[in-house]
Amino acid sequence: MSGISPRRLLALCRKESYQIVRDPSNILIAFVLPVMLLFLYGFAINLDINLVRIGVLRLDDGPAAVSFEEQLRGTPSFEIHHGASLQALQGAMARGEIRGLVVIQNDFSTRWAHGQSAAIQVLTDGSEPNTANFVSAYVQGAWEKWQEARAPLSDGTPVPGLELRQRAWYNPATISRDYLVPGSIAVVMTVIGALLTSLVVAREWERGTMEALLATPVTAAELLLSKILPYYLLGMVAMALCTLVAVVLMGVPFRGSFLVLAGSSTLFLGAALGFGLFLSTTLRNQFEAAQAALTAGFLPAMMLSGFVFEISSMPAPVRLLTRLFPARYFTSSLQTLFQAGTVRSILVPDCLFLALLMAFWITLTARKTTRTLD
Amino acid sequence: MSIDAAIEVTDLQKRFPGAPAPALDEVTTAMRAGTITGLVGPDGAGKTTFLRTLAGLLSPTQGEVRVLGLDPRGQSAELREQIGYMPQKFGLYEDLSVLENLTLYADLRNVVGADREAAFKQLLAFTDLAAFTDRYAGKLSGGMKQKLGLACSLLGHPRVLLLDEPGVGVDPISRRELWKMVRALSQDGLTVVWSTAYLDEAELCDDVRLMAEGRIRASGTPAELMAPMAGRCFQITQLADSPRSLLHRVLNAPEVIDGAIQGSTVRLVLREGNVFPDLARLGAGPEAAFKAVPPRLEDAFISLLGGGPGGDSALAEVTHAKAPDPALDPGAIIGAHHLCKRFGDFKATDDVSFSVARGEIFGLLGPNGAGKSTTFKMECGLLKPTSGQALVMGLDLQHSPSQARQQLGYMAQKFSLYGQLSVRQNLLFFSEIYGLEGEAQRFKVQQMIETFDLAPYLETLAVKLPLGFKQRLALACCVMHEPQVLFLDEPTSGVDPVTRREFWNHIHGLANKGVTIIVTTHFMDEAEYCDRIGLVFRGRLIALGRPDDLKRGCATPERPDPTMEDAFVELILEAEP
Repeated sequence: MSGISPRRLLALCRKESYQIVRDPSNILIAFVLPVMLLFLYGFAINLDINLVRIGVLRLDDGPAAVSFEEQLRGTPSFEIHHGASLQALQGAMARGEIRGLVVIQNDFSTRWAHGQSAAIQVLTDGSEPNTANFVSAYVQGAWEKWQEARAPLSDGTPVPGLELRQRAWYNPATISRDYLVPGSIAVVMTVIGALLTSLVVAREWERGTMEALLATPVTAAELLLSKILPYYLLGMVAMALCTLVAVVLMGVPFRGSFLVLAGSSTLFLGAALGFGLFLSTTLRNQFEAAQAALTAGFLPAMMLSGFVFEISSMPAPVRLLTRLFPARYFTSSLQTLFQAGTVRSILVPDCLFLALLMAFWITLTARKTTRTLD
Repeated sequence: MSIDAAIEVTDLQKRFPGAPAPALDEVTTAMRAGTITGLVGPDGAGKTTFLRTLAGLLSPTQGEVRVLGLDPRGQSAELREQIGYMPQKFGLYEDLSVLENLTLYADLRNVVGADREAAFKQLLAFTDLAAFTDRYAGKLSGGMKQKLGLACSLLGHPRVLLLDEPGVGVDPISRRELWKMVRALSQDGLTVVWSTAYLDEAELCDDVRLMAEGRIRASGTPAELMAPMAGRCFQITQLADSPRSLLHRVLNAPEVIDGAIQGSTVRLVLREGNVFPDLARLGAGPEAAFKAVPPRLEDAFISLLGGGPGGDSALAEVTHAKAPDPALDPGAIIGAHHLCKRFGDFKATDDVSFSVARGEIFGLLGPNGAGKSTTFKMECGLLKPTSGQALVMGLDLQHSPSQARQQLGYMAQKFSLYGQLSVRQNLLFFSEIYGLEGEAQRFKVQQMIETFDLAPYLETLAVKLPLGFKQRLALACCVMHEPQVLFLDEPTSGVDPVTRREFWNHIHGLANKGVTIIVTTHFMDEAEYCDRIGLVFRGRLIALGRPDDLKRGCATPERPDPTMEDAFVELILEAEP
């Protein structure tokens, strides 16, 4: 790598910018795709359960049984389907019409009235474990509340006041969108960053312009920088757009510093663009490079960034693997900046790793950027 | 080092990893300053590798290269300022305008300020592009792209200009204009290296290097190279019979090393020793006579490669002549009726009509982008005409495809076989496609292997074949079902002259068996091998007729015997006043 002439660099950047502006696919990738993906992730992927349909089979007409059913009906998360028989309800569950089934046995009221342990049966649809857990937890909750309310009546002594009060910090309403959206911004930006640059060097090879460029006094450093700078700017605009959409349209709160956001985005884009350029430079074929960028960029970002699956619950070797992907640090930075604010103890190591990855990919690409066709 | 050599190369070898043979081997040559040196040879001869090595884009495996006394690898920075290089696709950014392309290359080559203004003004005037500075390079015609590519490579006053096949696929007028420009530059002291696959183009160079298989096979001025051929080139005129059948006998005569049809005559090259074949024995007819003609560079190259392949076509020998179908009009086996094809507001084919008779060879000739391939594809039913009708044996292939296609063979312009299948697997696959099976299939595949000498390559992947064998395999795959109509889209593009002769033997041989053939080409001399040709320019068929008639039509007192290219230029000028 030899020196950089500002005029040549400017000329190359200008050329690259013309090409960006004139190629509608760039606009599509940089502006339309992120907004689309963001909406998709923000609304389609939702880990909250708003309303679960469950069936109730009450085989007992006693007052206790009736009042427990009332308790269930009063739970806002349940929509109760009344069934005539166990078979009918089991059939409904098999068809997926209901997600759980509560059976109140015919001796429930009698046993409760005599102070014996009365039992209810909860059947859940294990094929959807997430929902099944919700059902059993909610039924459990309803059961405890009901017992609590009834306890003093049964033997006259009040139940000791043990009370569990949950408070979810940083996301008090535990709206999953609030942490999914920052994570999906990281995924979206990984895809965009790698896609944008994966095409550009390969295109020059395919169209034969690289050969003409290499025969001029252009240096490898100029070539590389001219491929990074314009796309960095484009990437930052896309990033700003994503943040805007998240905060304004999707109502996700942002609690950190925009300056820090810009800083970590810069580092992240450096790594993502560097990765795309590396693919483009080594493969020299637009189709293959784009394919590789999508597979190697998107999938790890989706699976290993902590966006959907929590990294702390992964097996150790996979946890180690996640450290190789910039999306992991960017996801963590964004979730922190959006939900918690500017937390140094998280952001500083994240940014350090991002810087390291950026240096890694760009150095690797620089080594692959030769001044010859060999 | 000789005093006036701008380029000196000693024992240059370039070997690419994994390649069985070196791309360049034992290349030792020098090129004089202020001359145009033509690098001539088929695809794969090493022309591009040689130019790239001179430009410092490839490093030699061994040997020494000096351009203007500098080492292209070690002293690349100094050298780059003095070299202009135009790669095969002209190196233009299609989404940048003419002026933006020029500005980019001016910036990259440190041409600034008043110097730049002067250079732009001069180059735009020189290339006639001043009126088009705002047009995107992608929207320019082939000839204009070529000129812009040249202008970009001339920025910064290079002392050496390297041009990689600048004339390919460009219309003859643009080619002549480019030639004039480059000639003017060389007179101002510029050293030019011009690579080409056209031997007629090379004849105009000051100095020629004939290349084949990575080596320089002959060096010298065109006159020097053609000197041994002097007195050995003749035309047989006033034939009693069709030139095609005479050519077959001429090529098989022991006294002849090469021959070709030239309009209504047969042109031949005698073996050394100048013994004439007996015209009576050849059955040329009572009036027939020899007429001496000047030698061509092609004669020298074929002689150098050991002479032509004779006149027999093994393919024609194994092809059965089928009785003509009485239901069909023998004068119009292939018909185009007012064919039009539009892509958006671009007319790729504009009102094209012609018909081809049984056993006729019909050539479609024209620069790249003129509409040859579009017309071709409509005829074979691969593209739907916007209006008009394309008929093959009375059938519209859009509507009655499979039955009609069984009668039709199509060899696509680009290699369209399965590269990852071996030669044998390709043959088996295509024979199955055409419905051959069992004994018949085994017989036909074996026959094709023998006919095209494919035996040594049977287990080679098609993608790894040498170009000549790729083309042979492609032809084999499209004639296995013995089609009555054959569409050949640039079958000889890029192959060496001897292989071209072989292909034309097959084409002539098949036509003699009653096969109707349409062929496209951009070799002007090949146009003369056809019975009739259609000239396509900007989507329109600007001329249609026998080669001799077209040439005669533009003969003038100053130019009594125009070449096919002269005729083409004249006809374009008439069509585009």
